[in-house]
Amino acid sequence: MVNIVGLEDTLAAHPFAADMDPDVLRTIAGCCSNAIYHPGDYLFREGEPADAFFLIRHGQVALEIHVPQGAPIVVETLEDGEIFGWSWMLAPYTWSNDARANDQVRVLKLDATCLRRKMEADRALGYELYRRFLPVMAQRLASSRMRIVELATEPRPIRARPKG
Amino acid sequence: MDAMPAPVRHADPMVPRPFRITRVIREIDGVFTWRLAAVDGAPFDFRPGQFNMVTQFGVGEIPVSISGDCRRPETLVHTIRAVGPVTEAMQGLRAGAIVGIRGPFGRPWPIDAAIGSDVIFVTSTIGLAPLRPLILEVLHRRQDFGKVVICYGTRGIHDIMFEEDLHAWRARFDTNVHLTVHSAPSGYRGRVGGVAAAIHAARIDGPATVAFVCRSEALTRQAVNTLGERGVTPDRVWVTLERNMKCGIGLCGHCQFGPSFMCKDGPVYRFDEIEALYSVREF
Amino acid sequence: MQHVGAEPPDPPALRHTADRSRRIALDQCAAAPNADASRMPPAPALLTRDGLDALLAALHADGFRVLGPTVQDGAIIYDDVVRVADLPVGWTDRQDGGSYRLERRDDTAVFGHTVGPYAWKRFLHPPLLRLWRAEPGADGVEIATDAHAAQPMAFLGVRACELQAIAIQDKVFLHGPFVDPHYKARRQGLFIVAVNCGQAGGTCFCASMQAGPKAEAGFDLALTELADGFLVEAGTARGAVLLDRLPHRPASEEEQQQAAAIVAATAAQMGRHIPDAAALPALLLGNLDHPRWDAVAQRCLSCGNCTQVCPTCFCTNVTDTTDLTGATDRTRRWDSCFAVDFSYIHGGAVRPAPRSRYRQWMTHKLASWVAQFGTSGCTGCGRCVTWCPVGIDITEEVAAIRAAPAPAAAAPAAPQSPP
Ligand SMILES: Cc1cc2nc3c(=O)[nH]c(=O)nc-3n(C[C@H](O)[C@H](O)[C@H](O)COP(=O)(O)OP(=O)(O)OC[C@H]3O[C@@H](n4cnc5c(N)ncnc54)[C@H](O)[C@@H]3O)c2cc1C
Ligand code: SF4
Ligand code: SF4
Ligand code: FES
Repeated sequence: MVNIVGLEDTLAAHPFAADMDPDVLRTIAGCCSNAIYHPGDYLFREGEPADAFFLIRHGQVALEIHVPQGAPIVVETLEDGEIFGWSWMLAPYTWSNDARANDQVRVLKLDATCLRRKMEADRALGYELYRRFLPVMAQRLASSRMRIVELATEPRPIRARPKG
Repeated sequence: MDAMPAPVRHADPMVPRPFRITRVIREIDGVFTWRLAAVDGAPFDFRPGQFNMVTQFGVGEIPVSISGDCRRPETLVHTIRAVGPVTEAMQGLRAGAIVGIRGPFGRPWPIDAAIGSDVIFVTSTIGLAPLRPLILEVLHRRQDFGKVVICYGTRGIHDIMFEEDLHAWRARFDTNVHLTVHSAPSGYRGRVGGVAAAIHAARIDGPATVAFVCRSEALTRQAVNTLGERGVTPDRVWVTLERNMKCGIGLCGHCQFGPSFMCKDGPVYRFDEIEALYSVREF
Repeated sequence: MQHVGAEPPDPPALRHTADRSRRIALDQCAAAPNADASRMPPAPALLTRDGLDALLAALHADGFRVLGPTVQDGAIIYDDVVRVADLPVGWTDRQDGGSYRLERRDDTAVFGHTVGPYAWKRFLHPPLLRLWRAEPGADGVEIATDAHAAQPMAFLGVRACELQAIAIQDKVFLHGPFVDPHYKARRQGLFIVAVNCGQAGGTCFCASMQAGPKAEAGFDLALTELADGFLVEAGTARGAVLLDRLPHRPASEEEQQQAAAIVAATAAQMGRHIPDAAALPALLLGNLDHPRWDAVAQRCLSCGNCTQVCPTCFCTNVTDTTDLTGATDRTRRWDSCFAVDFSYIHGGAVRPAPRSRYRQWMTHKLASWVAQFGTSGCTGCGRCVTWCPVGIDITEEVAAIRAAPAPAAAAPAAPQSPP
């Protein structure tokens, strides 16, 4: 049985909920549960319904993209205090990459169906959540752009020719 | 006692001194480290952050930062990435080859500016080479500094330079190493992402921190901004810039950056002092 | 031959003749050209035209390589001179933005011209110079440098703006943390006979740059050409000593007034000006994105002529060449900030657009130079205006930015100088 009051405290302690209005916090906590993953576990996989988003409490999560040849590629890792997963906000609500636990990962998992319903009914709540998501998305986008710049401008070293 | 040896000045600053490559270490594909000894046996004193003009006879001369330990002046160390004609030719040299060295030149990292503060090093790929002497010196005088954090980013897990050093630094309890790569194969346990994320993850105490940044110029601004978000103001951020250099001694004009000559007034600058010019395009 | 490192045999290509010419005492050290001003003769003297020939002869007799203006290829060119007849007697020049022509005068004035495409820097900071030669040797490599020319030089006919240019290059090459040994060797013992300008060239603006037209310092002797002779002032003791050996008499009060009037008339003739040059660093560095840079870039060909003729531009590049014996020569040559490759770093040039290159040149001359060397890099000699194929005029460019500066133009702070 989930202890709602305990979850509200846990949620409030996460940076995502910093200075959140107590009413909003309570509403969100109603859609929230604790989850634990073991190294190698998938939190979600590409193409599956995006029915949650995650606040990391402890541990490292790898966002992976599957490539036909060879092992999937890790494009970003996220750690304590970070959030991830925004496909739940956008139709068609399916994950566009895999998320896997790199070690023992404790998260707060927010039920997306529950949240979407509450946000539809309460636009102020919707605004509050978007306001907290957008800066994170913008920062990740900006940093991805800088990573493109880095990869594009960093000279590719010339390999040594094997001596004959 | 703890003073670093002072660099000496040479009679004709345009004439290189012959040095012999005593060892070649392959760091990663296309990047190699030379250990060198002066043919005349004299030690080579320098300060962290200084560079040499390095000549491969018959090929050309380029600026290269010194990547060794300033406490071991008997061995000069350079780490070079093969990117063009001169550096590629250098990659072909083996132990025993003679190269020409002019230097040390340039304004060193101001290590004293960080005494009593936390220190964060922010760098990527080959930028670790010019920072390495400073990191070694800070660790040598570890008690003079607060927290020491190293944020280092590379393209992938096969592009990590100075791995031995990184392991050694990571093993120390008084040093935090935040290594990050742009991508990695599934199952990699380290951090994947940009250097900015590594800076955030370092959770530094901004107002108490001095930062030393050595990255390509395109990415320096991002590092400064991220440090700013963490409370490190630009007057406590030291960066390096890069310009074409033909003499290293303020006489050829190539390295000019407005009022300063990068070869003698740089390549290390305090960011707030150059911010305005840094923002002018094509200057 | 001067060996750096171990003892190599003299490569024949580099063997030079020993110090056979007489060295004169270095009483005019480059660093303190006017150290002996207190022992100057009390009053200016008058030298006849024959006296000028005697001056040339005396300089030769003292072992100097004497260089002065000559007429060559339709221009005033500095070259070796032996007698007055080698000088541009009866010639003058007509100059304007993008144009230069020599013309006959209706008198036989010796210095009735102004500056041409050559500057004295050619002799102090040569366009092409071997820095060293490395040869395979017993211990890997042997590096040797050419000996510096033993013969001191004397410059005859140095204008006030050119004295200023030499003083500026002294700061660059002699007074920084590193000294250019080649410049220093050529500069040492240099004897300077200055000439006060009797007329302004069509593009001159030295008066507004406080660099002329009267030679104030940095010479051994200074001449003002009068109708029948030269008023001579000695700037150093060795200048005075040399003057004593020449046929001369004290100049009359009237002759001194004539000379002053000539210089004053020259100053008044100048059609170009950069007023308030001291305000330029703030003005230009505060206007790095001014639309005028785009406008001038529309005209500028990036040919680099302006940098080649400018008496203060000092930029150089080096090239290494090898020969069949495995030896390497490193050669230094003048370079220009107008070349795209000048700012090349891996991946591309820092200043690919002509706009940024013109801006680099002009802001360096008039603004950054002040922070770098404590003086403007421009003497107002007008060469860059005359020799620009499209007549771009630095005074006009300054005026245009000054007429419409960016709002609240503030110069970015200069980086802290090295400790
Ligand atoms: C102060 C300073 C320290 C440096 N330290 C290192 C180092 O420790 N390790 C390292 O691998 N590289 C370093 N570099 C960069 C290195 O000098 C260039 O990679 C090198 O000049 C490239 O020469 P190239 O002929 O192989 O290639 P090309 O890119 O073809 O270069 C042609 C010429 O352009 C000039 N040039 C090209 N790139 C640069 C550049 N980035 N900076 C200055 N001039 C350039 C050089 O004159 C070079 O000979 C440093 C540069 C500077 C200014
Ligand atoms: S910038 Fe032009 S006017 Fe000024 S010194 Fe140079 S050539 Fe002469
Ligand atoms: S300003 Fe004139 S002389 Fe100078 S580079 Fe441009 S076109 Fe050539
Ligand atoms: S490299 Fe020549 S002036 Fe700086």
